[in-house]
Amino acid sequence: MDTWYIHTEHMDVGYDGTPLIRDIEIGIRRGEILTLIGPNGSGKSTILKSMIRQLKLLGGVVVLDGQAMAAMREGEIAKKMAIVMTERLRAELMTGEDVVSTGRYPYTGRLGILTATDKQKVREAIALVHGEDFAHRPFAQISDGQRQRLLLARAVCQEPEIIVLDEPTSFLDVKHKLELLEILKTLVREKNVAILMSLHELDLAQKISDRVVCVADHSVDRCGTPEEIFQNQYIETLYGMDEGRYNALFGSLEMARVDGLPRVFVIGGGGSGIPVYRALQRRGVPFAAGVLAENDVDYLVAKALAVQTLSVPAFAPMNEAVMAEARALVCRCEHVVCCLTAFGELNQCNRLLRDEAAVRGKILPVRRLFDLWTGGGPA
Amino acid sequence: MEKRARLWIGFFSLLLSLLGLMVWNINAGSVHVSPAEILSVLLGRGGDNAIIVHSIRLPRILATALLGGALALSGFLLQTFFANPIAGPFILGISSGAKLVLSLTLIAFLSRGVAVGSVVLILASFFGAMLSMSFVLLISSKVKRMSLLIISGVMIGYICSAVTDFVITFADDANIINLHHWSLGSFSGITWGNVGVMTAVILPALIVAFLLSKPISAYQLGEVYAQNMGVNIRAFRAALILLSSVLSAAVTAFAGPISFVGVAAPHLMRSLFKTAKPIIMIPACFLGGAVFCLLCDLIARTAFAPTELSISSVTALFGAPVVILVMLRRQKENL
Repeated sequence: MDTWYIHTEHMDVGYDGTPLIRDIEIGIRRGEILTLIGPNGSGKSTILKSMIRQLKLLGGVVVLDGQAMAAMREGEIAKKMAIVMTERLRAELMTGEDVVSTGRYPYTGRLGILTATDKQKVREAIALVHGEDFAHRPFAQISDGQRQRLLLARAVCQEPEIIVLDEPTSFLDVKHKLELLEILKTLVREKNVAILMSLHELDLAQKISDRVVCVADHSVDRCGTPEEIFQNQYIETLYGMDEGRYNALFGSLEMARVDGLPRVFVIGGGGSGIPVYRALQRRGVPFAAGVLAENDVDYLVAKALAVQTLSVPAFAPMNEAVMAEARALVCRCEHVVCCLTAFGELNQCNRLLRDEAAVRGKILPVRRLFDLWTGGGPA
Repeated sequence: MEKRARLWIGFFSLLLSLLGLMVWNINAGSVHVSPAEILSVLLGRGGDNAIIVHSIRLPRILATALLGGALALSGFLLQTFFANPIAGPFILGISSGAKLVLSLTLIAFLSRGVAVGSVVLILASFFGAMLSMSFVLLISSKVKRMSLLIISGVMIGYICSAVTDFVITFADDANIINLHHWSLGSFSGITWGNVGVMTAVILPALIVAFLLSKPISAYQLGEVYAQNMGVNIRAFRAALILLSSVLSAAVTAFAGPISFVGVAAPHLMRSLFKTAKPIIMIPACFLGGAVFCLLCDLIARTAFAPTELSISSVTALFGAPVVILVMLRRQKENL
């Protein structure tokens, strides 16, 4: 037996008696963040809803802190597990602080009157999510992002041992996404809380999760550390994307390559080519990229966007074979753009390539290039 | 501290209006009773109009206050249950269901020449209320739209009222003529015995509702959150249904169906106290409903005296605009 804080045994989940995903086995330890990823409609929320008892299990058990959850009383569970769901929380005539203080519910007496300790915990939780500035305002009138942070504060002051969050970052801007996840990390580190959540942002999931569960097409496909899961090919298959669209190193996604005969040859390197690649992709212009070292940041993007990418191995000098190919490409392309301003010792070939193109009158400055293809469509 | 001041002022003004209206209600009518005389009757020193005060006006006033409170509380509970600000025992057809079964029971008993006691009245009325309630619940499980639920409730109400009218029309009997009057809603003719029975039903229900204010506050956030906070949803929902049915059944049994109090009073209380917290709203709604009904009954009795208006006409006149107001405000908040 592992030391799971919460785990499922042969759990079947679904709606109205029809199982959507069968035989799910996942477990979370305390002090660990487990993230569910997977395409829309794959069943992430269904799994979460079943684990918090919002949906009836269609088979198997969920064991929370050593006890089968089905046999536990609501009050017991409430002291161990808090939730932040996507369902709108109705808060008629309530301030943000009122909403946060509902987290104290499992600890208050018969009539639910807050003690001084309860109020202190509410203030601490609000401070944790930096919500002091808007907690006194009506909950219905603050922004979605502020609401989400207060809902997290609400979960925090419930003093749970596990927090379940369904797509907690959905309504947040970039800054607050990071902030929210950092708060989760703090909770894990300082209070040894377990976190179970679903995320859409692959880059964030990769960075914050201790373990990742992939839900695809009504099954739990894979479970492992971010290093095991975030492989280019695997993520592309999981989400049904074309090859090269996902970059595991950056956790980033690229738009679809524009196919066709290359019309522009982009000489890049050291990140200088990426803005040009993207601009050409947006304008629907097929292009070739070169000559790039395979450890160059431009190489990763060019592989996804360029029709053809000429490269040499990392830290290796350019060779004649690549040069010949490059010359041929320059001949076939209408224009050549050089994004480089300085050429290192191993990079003299690119200088040569530029000079040769200049002689043929094919070199265009970047701005002139974009003038040719203004707006969206190809010329 | 501002919140606390609002609380004190709110409850103080409610109690004051309650007391004032009670005195005014005893005072006004076809026979004028001066406040000094009221005091002497109440203190047991007698007076010219002691009988009128003691056996007609006092029980009527107490009943009006109790039943008004019960209606408002029932409305508040139903609004919580359906998460719908214009739900109420009358709008959802629960009062009309109670009325229908009650009329059938009365006719069955009276045609055999058997007198009907308060307890039988309440039981029949409760049965009818539950009958309508189960229809409403059935519909609410099928449709999630707030407005559709209300429309279905209103339709159930119409059906029940129509059937009641048939039954009353064709049951040609002197006693049944009175039924017609009752089926429009009225606080007249209430005895001390009735007051005793309704107190025995309504007061415990009020206390139970107040003790449930903690889970009610959780339920207001939504079912998912309430469950996570430790509320046993099934048991809680059942309790809410039973309580609101008992309350509206008690009202219908003694005063017939009374419209719009269940929606208007809770709404007015929400605006007065600027909160929806059940721990405040439950006593506030009860007091507010009592004040609302006392005022309406005063108008019903005195506006065109000696002709008495049906109480429902008066409550509708004041209550229906409140419902429209609530809907408009909802629309503005885009909820």
